[in-house]
Amino acid sequence: MNRLEREAATRRIMERTPPPVPPDLYGEVLRRGGRMLRHRRRARRLLWLLLCAAAVAFTVWAATAHPWVEPPSTTTPPIVGW
Amino acid sequence: MRDRQALQDARRAREFEAFVAGAAGRLLHAATLLTAEAPDDNPRARRLLTLALAHTYAYWDRLRGEDPYDRARQHLALRFANSAWHQYGGPLSRTRPHPRSALAALTPRERLILVLRMYEGVAEEQTAALLGMPTERVHALCDRATATLLHPPRKAAATVLGAKVAPS
Repeated sequence: MNRLEREAATRRIMERTPPPVPPDLYGEVLRRGGRMLRHRRRARRLLWLLLCAAAVAFTVWAATAHPWVEPPSTTTPPIVGW
Repeated sequence: MRDRQALQDARRAREFEAFVAGAAGRLLHAATLLTAEAPDDNPRARRLLTLALAHTYAYWDRLRGEDPYDRARQHLALRFANSAWHQYGGPLSRTRPHPRSALAALTPRERLILVLRMYEGVAEEQTAALLGMPTERVHALCDRATATLLHPPRKAAATVLGAKVAPS
């Protein structure tokens, strides 16, 4: 028995008696798959929302605090009264 | 926005139904061979197939020209490989291969490789890449599984049966 014959015999053994496909398979698959899809969509929406909120918060903070302006010096006292 | 999503949902449902109608029988046969259950009583194979197809459905819009059958088969094989040890007839599992299954004499890994290589006709290199093992190992395992399938070892079967009967 050479390799090809052996492979053919193996295929024949495996292809005997195919199982019947249950009729409710499609509905069950749709239910589970739809749920996975909805979860993923919701998670993506939530992440985008979070990103937008962070961007807005940063902009507001930067506009009010002006972090790029040099703070007034504290070592030299202001000159007054001369 | 809503309209576009509804259209996309309808298109996906249509395409996916055609895909399932064509592929479910073959994939269920492969899954039943993997779990070594009887052809007419295969709850574990059905569960495996349902999860793989649900995954394919969820990823349908992101396949980008990839073969959905290939995707489903990959998912099925990997899910089986990751749970084979404790669920589908590994040394520690409580379930035994059903005697009416064609591949009852083989270990879960031999079944997986034999089904991928012979029943599904996946190339040796692809099988090796999918399961993360060297090509030579896949070749050797496939040869051994073929030999076991064609010439079932009578003595080994007797000792296994004896071990199962003896209380330990």
